[in-house]
Amino acid sequence: MNPSNYLVLAAILFSIGAVGVLVRRNAIVVFMCVELMLNAANLTLVTFSRIQGTLDGQVIAFFVMVVAAAEVVVGLAIILTIFRTRRSASVDDVNLLKY
Amino acid sequence: MSVVISAAGSGAGPVVAAAATTIDTPSIQYLQLSPVLIVFGVAMAGVLVEAFLPERARQLVQPLLTGGGFIAAFVAVCLLHAHRGVLAAGAVAIDGPTLFMSGTILVFAALSVLLVAERKLDSAGGTLVADASVVPGASGARALRNARGMQTEAYPLMAFSVAGMMLFVASNTLLVMFIALEILSLPLYLLAGLARRRRLLSQEAAVKYFLLGAFSSAFFLYGLALIYGFAGSVELGRIADAANTVGRHDTYLYLGMALLAVGLLFKIGAAPFHSWTPDVYQGAPTPVTAFMAAGTKVAAFGALLRVFYVAFGGLRWDWRPIMWAVAILTMVVGAVIAITQRDVKRLIGYSAVAHAGFILVGVAAANTEGLSGTMFYLVAYGFTTIAALAVVTLVRTGDGEASDLARWQGLGKQKPLLAGSFAFLLLSMAGIPLTAGFIGKFSVFEAGIAGNAVPLVVVAVLTSAIAAFFYVRVIVLMFFSEPTGERPVVVTGSTLTYATVGIGTVMTLLLGVAPQPLLDLANHAAASGFVR
Repeated sequence: MNPSNYLVLAAILFSIGAVGVLVRRNAIVVFMCVELMLNAANLTLVTFSRIQGTLDGQVIAFFVMVVAAAEVVVGLAIILTIFRTRRSASVDDVNLLKY
Repeated sequence: MSVVISAAGSGAGPVVAAAATTIDTPSIQYLQLSPVLIVFGVAMAGVLVEAFLPERARQLVQPLLTGGGFIAAFVAVCLLHAHRGVLAAGAVAIDGPTLFMSGTILVFAALSVLLVAERKLDSAGGTLVADASVVPGASGARALRNARGMQTEAYPLMAFSVAGMMLFVASNTLLVMFIALEILSLPLYLLAGLARRRRLLSQEAAVKYFLLGAFSSAFFLYGLALIYGFAGSVELGRIADAANTVGRHDTYLYLGMALLAVGLLFKIGAAPFHSWTPDVYQGAPTPVTAFMAAGTKVAAFGALLRVFYVAFGGLRWDWRPIMWAVAILTMVVGAVIAITQRDVKRLIGYSAVAHAGFILVGVAAANTEGLSGTMFYLVAYGFTTIAALAVVTLVRTGDGEASDLARWQGLGKQKPLLAGSFAFLLLSMAGIPLTAGFIGKFSVFEAGIAGNAVPLVVVAVLTSAIAAFFYVRVIVLMFFSEPTGERPVVVTGSTLTYATVGIGTVMTLLLGVAPQPLLDLANHAAASGFVR
């Protein structure tokens, strides 16, 4: 199977993630969309690794998974704190800082 | 020592299945890496201190440990000044710009530790919250506001962030750069949410910074993946070789370059990726704002310069127009929107955006003068901003800092010396002669002219004039208008904050009057260029 199909799939996933960050209102869902973007980048890395026959891309994908896990820890902690304060995880309610 | 890896599964295709590859484990030059390792070690030790020492002891041990670690790392950077080379199997590059910017980051971090460690700002102590997990407005929140303690985890978080910044400017591969980006950002997201007063604003700043920061690092990562697809490697030198091969320019390269630029320009706060800057600067506790404003800017510009000068140096005719456009947009947006601001911290936030634009003039020049001018500007800007934000922490009302500009009316009559030094710092930001800001602007504009970017420099000079307007407006407000309403209280007993204001102001003056030693140092660091 032509590996460049996976590149197209990854680009579609990345776009879905990016659009999701922009249109979804719940902070958790926004964050999930960011994770989708990271996974799309991982898929791209692994596909390129296969196309080029070097292992670098797969190694990078492992690093990215670790970084994404660390990001989840920090992100959920922040979102949870603001949820406990406001009883809402909507990014539209986070509106005190403006102009 | 070597490790043998055999590719499992013969069906893995003809290209991957090289039967058995021998990978030599790289030798790590611990001595040359010592500055970063010291800071990482201090961060780890800080985590242990959090776990094992009682609250009161931590208040004393943590600032000493962290500040001492930063100073030790700075000494290590100074001792390494003659070293050049690529270390750890091509992962990290030690060269003039790396050492210069690492040293700068460490000095700013040490000054920020002084601000974080300040305990005499109001009845309750410093500017950092005693317990970040207590819900504002709930029972116990009022007691929390007056609790003497503080979240001492801030110190190890700062140390991790500094280590990330130092690695960010030193990284020779995009992978190390991505990891360093996360190491520097994740602690900052948490630190932004630790303000003692106005908890809601602080938490909001943390959420905004986190969501937008994660979004931008996803762009950086996808750019990395596409560049890997183009060059077959993420080492900056290899990318440059691939990009300089005639006939190999393709979509992956340009798309990857653009996406990497999005991630880096977000971190420096350039328009159109600047929208987080004023919000986070206003919401975060002021010492953290100072740390972030000075340190992150140095780190992000270091990485931006390295990526665009080393990896894409051969494509400068392709990226310079974009950099021009971003620089012009950033300067104009920062200067124009700052005029309408009513809050000191937000004003400094928008001024940070405008300054990012001025520094981008040096980047867009794409020559050695641009590199040295950028580095000088970053030093000048960092000292000025840290001192200005230190002044902001001193001017207070009952519920925290009097960040509303209306409260600052007539401050010059109340506290002439403090208001005078704040006025001097604002003049430096505006770029008036005899201040560090003037020399900084002069050196980047000179580089811009040398790099045939005359229209860009003309726009930069015009926006400096616009920017000067709102700085001068604050000075007029402080010295020539009568105080109205409730006057703010200026805290007097806080030695550490006054020391920071003093150091920042003296350095701003010194770099304005006698800039030659630092200019020579920046030129020397830039002359040897980036190693790859």
